[in-house]
Amino acid sequence: MIAHAFFFYFFSFIAVVSAIMVTVSKNTVHSVFFLILDFISISSLFIMIGAEFLGMIMLIVYVGAVAVLFLFVVMMLNVAKQKNTWFKSSTNSAHLPIGLLVSIIIFFEVIIVIGGWKYKPELSNKIVVSDVTNTHSIGNVLYTDYIHLFQLSGMVLLVAMIGAIVLTFRKREGLKRQSYFKQLSRERNDGVSLVNVKSHQGVKIDD
Amino acid sequence: MEYFYTLISQTYKILFLLLPLLTAVAMIVWLDRRVWAFVQKRKGPNVVGPFGLFQSLADALKYIFKEIIIPASSNKIVFILAPITTMTLALISWAVIPFSEDFVLANINVGILYLFAISSLGVYGIIMGGWASNSKYPFLGAIRSAAQMVSYEVSIGVIIINVLLCVGSLNLTDIVLAQDKVWFVIPLFPMFVIFFISALAETNRPPFDLPEAEAELVAGYQTEYSGMMYAMFWLGEYANILLMCAMGSILFLGGWLSPINIYPFDLVPPALWFIMKILVLFILFALVKAIVPRYRYDQLMKLGWKIFLPFSLIWVVLTAGFLLYFDLLPKV
Repeated sequence: MIAHAFFFYFFSFIAVVSAIMVTVSKNTVHSVFFLILDFISISSLFIMIGAEFLGMIMLIVYVGAVAVLFLFVVMMLNVAKQKNTWFKSSTNSAHLPIGLLVSIIIFFEVIIVIGGWKYKPELSNKIVVSDVTNTHSIGNVLYTDYIHLFQLSGMVLLVAMIGAIVLTFRKREGLKRQSYFKQLSRERNDGVSLVNVKSHQGVKIDD
Repeated sequence: MEYFYTLISQTYKILFLLLPLLTAVAMIVWLDRRVWAFVQKRKGPNVVGPFGLFQSLADALKYIFKEIIIPASSNKIVFILAPITTMTLALISWAVIPFSEDFVLANINVGILYLFAISSLGVYGIIMGGWASNSKYPFLGAIRSAAQMVSYEVSIGVIIINVLLCVGSLNLTDIVLAQDKVWFVIPLFPMFVIFFISALAETNRPPFDLPEAEAELVAGYQTEYSGMMYAMFWLGEYANILLMCAMGSILFLGGWLSPINIYPFDLVPPALWFIMKILVLFILFALVKAIVPRYRYDQLMKLGWKIFLPFSLIWVVLTAGFLLYFDLLPKV
């Protein structure tokens, strides 16, 4: 039990410290690295409470894909040179009120959730002990009771993806694209023709 | 007290796994170079020790005694962390690989997801190395490799779903035991081929070694590294290749199961079958390196997103439909 408590406090300490470091570190790329550290410690906490499937999905989706794209964007935009001065300068504080508003809303949401648990304890202490692994139990719920919500969230993601493509897509002129089908379906007659060239007149190409 | 006993016994087991693994990585580098040489009708490294077996040892000694150069304009902490990350991630994934039914360090429920997660983290070593070097070629190499590894991970994930549909469990031991009757390479052969090619791309092996294409990018993300730090990248890369071979043999070639379960074959210890399958896959990797020319970058991306991903998705639908129609879905 002592070892369990030790690891819990170890991972939660790292999670909290790295979450703070995300906001205060001067270099933006370092912020993303701290974010990754935060994700990893959170997924370790998930594994410690026995939700191994959620922990692994957290690693795969957030660390393996989302944070890579974050890092990609941060490096490509070269924001590494911009110094993070939110907490230093007194003049430029346009972000501060909005940030405070969002954090207050999130704080009250957390209070409502935890307060609900305290008010009705049977909501939180539903520990189902069975032989089924938590992957199977998530699957059993997700694809039966909540199938419509699940599909709806998939549709939301699809719409977001199409929106991103539409916003960033621009047709560029004068670009040569390779098409395997065109290449492979090209035959001799399409490319080569036999011409009787008259003397001193030559042959006209490119018409 | 009991806790310390567990700690010591686990440490012993980890050392017992890691030391042979590191030796195997060194030997596999030698094997890679030998196979490469034989395809091109050369001799390959054959001077140090019998058949040149100690070549990797000599190389490692050379790297250890070389000076580590850290560029002045680099981001020093990230620069040093990058090879450590690559090496660590390449080694910790071996914790869940089952060498036989009872010879596995951690038999966890979500073994295949763990493997997938760790291999998707592998890209960080490369990005960190490329960015921290603060130089153009490493940065270009890192960006290329990030895009490449993220793309091919998607198709590997879908291929894993194909196998999981037939197994009904994420546990690696269960995946191997489900292939008792028939190895998955036979019903899912196209998936095996795509897995093999995606594994080549995922580990940055030729013909997909664009992050370190020497004609375009000097040595890619490794350009600024020297001495032991370079060697750690190199060892991590080969440990990852071995891991991909192990994953391929667990998912498709029946892990530690013997091909024919009759008298002379079942005397061979299961772990030996597993190692032999890994070696066969690795020799295929080495042959591909020697035979195939390097891909162009846009072709690589096209292959990943427009050919492999739709094809493996269609196979998921086909496999699921087939299993459902013939009532073969695994019962939980």
